[in-house]
Formats: sequence, C-alpha cells, structure tokens
Amino acid sequence: MTAETLLTWARGSAFDWAIGIFVFGMVLRLIEVLSLGKKPDLAEGRGSGVKGGLKTIVTRSIPRASVFAREPVRITNGYVFHVGFLLVLLFYGPHIEFIENLTGLSWPALPGGIIAGLGMITMASLVLALIFRLRNPVLRHISTVNDYLAWAVTLLPVLTGYLAYSHAVLPYTAMLALHILSIELLLVVAPFTKLTHMFSFALSRWYQGYQAGYRGIES
Amino acid sequence: MSGPSVEKGINFIREQIDAPVASFFSSCVHCGMCAEACLFYTQTGDPRYTPIYKVEPMRRLWENEFTLWGRIKSTLGIAKKVTEEDFAQWEELVYDGCSLCGRCSLVCPVGNDISGMIRKIREGFSAAGYAPEGLIGATTRAITIGSPMGVRLPALKAQIGHVEKETGIEIPLDRAGAEYMVLLSSMEIMNFPEYLQAIARIMRQAGRTWTISSKAFEATNSGIQIGASDLARELVQRVVDAAEELGVQTVISPECGHAYTAIRWEGPNLIGRPFKFKVRHILEVLDEFREQGLIKTRGKEQARLTFHDPCQLVRKGGVVEQPRHLLDLVAENFVEMTDHGAMNWCCGGGGGVSANERADELRLKAFRQKKSQLDEIGVETLVTACANCRITLEEGLEEYEMDIPVVGLTETLAEHLVEEDQEGQG
Repeated sequence: MTAETLLTWARGSAFDWAIGIFVFGMVLRLIEVLSLGKKPDLAEGRGSGVKGGLKTIVTRSIPRASVFAREPVRITNGYVFHVGFLLVLLFYGPHIEFIENLTGLSWPALPGGIIAGLGMITMASLVLALIFRLRNPVLRHISTVNDYLAWAVTLLPVLTGYLAYSHAVLPYTAMLALHILSIELLLVVAPFTKLTHMFSFALSRWYQGYQAGYRGIES
Repeated sequence: MSGPSVEKGINFIREQIDAPVASFFSSCVHCGMCAEACLFYTQTGDPRYTPIYKVEPMRRLWENEFTLWGRIKSTLGIAKKVTEEDFAQWEELVYDGCSLCGRCSLVCPVGNDISGMIRKIREGFSAAGYAPEGLIGATTRAITIGSPMGVRLPALKAQIGHVEKETGIEIPLDRAGAEYMVLLSSMEIMNFPEYLQAIARIMRQAGRTWTISSKAFEATNSGIQIGASDLARELVQRVVDAAEELGVQTVISPECGHAYTAIRWEGPNLIGRPFKFKVRHILEVLDEFREQGLIKTRGKEQARLTFHDPCQLVRKGGVVEQPRHLLDLVAENFVEMTDHGAMNWCCGGGGGVSANERADELRLKAFRQKKSQLDEIGVETLVTACANCRITLEEGLEEYEMDIPVVGLTETLAEHLVEEDQEGQG
C-alpha cells in the first residue's frame, strides 16, 4: 500500500467508520446514563434546581482556592492541556478547512507557527501529566490501564500532527495519513473510556448542581 | 465464592445506581483532586483514602452491568466482579475512613457527588453485614430503645425536671398545637443539658409556643449513618407521626449535623411523601427570631473565638450565614478559620465515625487537620452547633493538649439574653 492509498482510506471509509462509532458510542453512553432515571426530591426546596445545574456546569471549571493551593502545578497543567488541545484543534487552518468541508462552518485561523508552539506546549503538558500519574501516590493507586490508554490516544494526534506540520519524520503524505488515523483511533476509543467526560462532565456537574440549587446549598 | 449476604449487598448497591451515579462514574478522569480535599488522606498520606477509590466496588458493578463494554467483558467472563473479599477490604474505607463530610464533592472538577455515593454504597455494606460493630450497636439501640445512646423517656424527664428547676420555666411535653416541636440528640440530653435550658429561655423571650414529644424526641438517625434506609425510614416516621399528631408547624432539628440531613433532606424521600410541617435547624430558627427582633441580648463575649461549621449544616444543609449573624450579636472578637464556611474541614467524627470505636486512632490522626486550622488563628474559645462535632473536638483537643473550651452556639446566645423582666413569667 502506498502512502496515497493509505491517506485516501484514512480520509474515506476509515473516517466514516470512526465518526460512526464515535457518535453511536457517545449516544449509547448518554442513553445508558439517562435511562437509569432519578427519583424526584420530595424535601421542601429553597431554590431552583435548573439554575443550580446550569451554574455548576460553568463554575466547576474554576478550582477551589484551598485545593488549588495544595496542587497548583497539577491543576494549572490540566488547564494548559485542555486549552492547548482545543486551540490546536479549532484554530489550525487545515482543521478549519476540514470542518468547513463537513459542515460549511468557518472561522479565522491562527498562524501555523503559533499552532506548532501550542502543539508543543500541549504535548509537554501531557508528558507532565503522565509523570504525575506515575509518581503521585494517589494517582498511581487509582490509575488503571484505561488511564494510560486514554493518555496515549490523546497524545498521538497531537504528536503526529506536529510531525506532519514540521516535516520532521516520514514524507508528508504518510505522516498526514498517520495523523488522521490517530484521530480516528481517538474517536473510536473515546466512548468506551474516561474520555466520555468530554460530554458527560456537563451531565455530572448538572446533577450535583441541580440538587444543590434546589436545596439552596453550595456546589 | 460469594455468600448469600454478599449477594444481598450487591443487590442493594445495584439499587442505588441511578442516572446521577452513572454520570459521575462516566465523567471521572482519575485526577485525584478529591484526595486533596479529604482529611483522611491529607493526614495519613494513604492513597486508599482517596474518596473516589472508596466507591470502587460500586463503580465496578456499574461498569459490569450498566455499560456496553462492561457487559461484553462480563459475557466473555473477563470482567472483574465484586467479591466478598472486596466487601471485607472496603468496609474500613467506607466507614472508618469517611465522615460523609462532602468536601470531596465540592472540589471534583467534573461535579461528582462522591460523598453522596459513599452514603449510597453503605446501603450495600450494611445489608451484607460488613459494617462496624459500634454503628450496628448504635442503630440497634436507636430502633429498639429510641436512642443510639440508649436514652429513654425517664432520662429525658429527669433532665427536664432539672432544667425546669434551674430556670423556673415549664418545659411543655406533648403540647398539641404548639408552633414548634423541638428534637434533641441523646448527646444533648445526657452531656449538654445547657442546650435544653437555652431553648427554654429563648422561646420564652421570643414568645413562641413549643413542645417536646414523648414519643419522638430523638433527632439523630443511625440508619442514615450506617446506610440502612429501612431503619432510617422507621426513625424518620416516628418523628413525622409525632409532629402530625401534635399538629405543630415546624420541627426544629437540634445542634447536630446529620440529624438535620436525616430529617430535612432524606426524611421526605425516605417516607415517600412531602411533610405536612416545615423542618428547620435551630440556627435557622434563631436567626429568624433575630431578624424579627424577638431576641434581646446584652454584652458580648470578650474571648477571641471562632466557629466550627458542622459539615452537614454548611455543605449539605446550606446553613452558612445564620451562625455568623448570631455570633455578631454576642461575640466581640470573632475570627474565621481559613477554609471556613462551605470549605470548612470536618472534625473527623461525622458520618458515624465517632460511634465506631475501631476508628478512634484514625479519627484522632485526621483531627490534625482541624488542629492546624486552629493553631493558625490561636483562639480561646471554639463555638460550634453540633453535639457530635463538640464531643469529637473536645477529644481531639485533649489528645493534642490544646486548652480550648468548646461551646454550643445556642447556649452562648442564651447567656446574653436580657431577661430580668421575664423572670417569673415561666
């Protein structure tokens, strides 16, 4: 197989399958959660559950001061990774073109050099996250194969993307094919690992926030 | 091999898995931040006390039975099942190493109510018979005698007699149509009768009618702590029956944390219907009296003092500002601990830990979190609003040779009442 045929396959049927599994998997996960239902709270409430739920979806993005003080580097690193990953994903020119082809939506891109820098920062934060996971006693104790798998499939698209951009290893066509395949791997794996949190975080924040809002307690 | 009791435990845990629980497990990224919020971890450094790890058997059950991937693994026989050994191993984490303080739930970045899940998993552990002796004993006494400490009506009547003699105020027992029905914790009846005395004096000054039910005077609910909803329901039902029989408007939960959670939030959900009366914590009632100008005080405490927020009031109950308003009336030198209010650190004795003798050593170790909070501000008096916190704090302070008296807020307030003109009115 040549690099060109690999790229054609990666962009064609492989991509369709990956997106299909991703959407099916995520919807299934959502149904698995919602179908379990929740009993209504019969206690006399003090406030609005809906307001509390919506508020908590936003406010949980900000850490509590006392916990931040205990783990400033780990928490900051988490922000760096998420912001870096999203900027690279959404503001690299070819990514925007790709999304435009699929959806018709488009927006201004960031310069390639800045994206490359962000990609390196994102990878550095992932490496640091791995070091924490291997060395911190709590993280080591609670981590499973799942955590390392999720880590690897998250790193690969950033790494292959950076290598394709910098033309450092392999001809561009082959690297680009690997880049797209690594994204497809991420899409396929995501619904069956902790990466579901990319959507379910809103649900879990909502549930705690809803109860807190209804009961008039902090969340 | 799993015995029948373990199967029962697993069934009980399964029943607790609802949409919120499934969303929590779906979202957990194993970031470990919950450990940093837990005094059992911060003071021991033992990663087994990481809050989310304490519910691992529940997570495994959820994965095996409520997710596609888990079901595939179960079908192929490669899923890790929940076993009797897991119950034996996790019992200590679920009961000794958690006071249900709820701090972890407030810091989880994906919003998981972890302490709520620990409350839930206890249903399975108690059903399987994997619960600490101390808590089993307290729960049995609560059901058979009516009080986890074994306090019976004659003991209450004796205390009532003492208080009446000392204050000259009649304590109304079983008075139908009173506005308020006051609940007490056994600890208050036996160790802190000053609470009852304070209530009598404050109610007289506020000019409100109140009563104590001879059928349901106990506020604490060991069923909630051990995680046995059927027993918790029975204890709540006794209060509901008494309150509805007497036709009171409001039931007052005493200076106790979990008693408030039990009757205020879990109560209606346990009996399956809303109450026909309101439930308020004593601090909410006192603050209402203050707002309505029904409390007249004179003079202020001069000692440098601070307030220990009981977890179930401040985090699960939303009673945060009321104690501060009340202390404003009677304290000149009130200072806050760092992390006061919603992020206050637990004393270590909540969630049944103080009733579990096996956990004493761990609890005293965890108390160092409170110690460092107190060391930082150097106070002469510690005020709180939970009899269980009070005992736990007293024991911890004694262990670390810290000479700080612990007092209840209600009695502190009562000491400053202006009541010359009311004496003799009863």
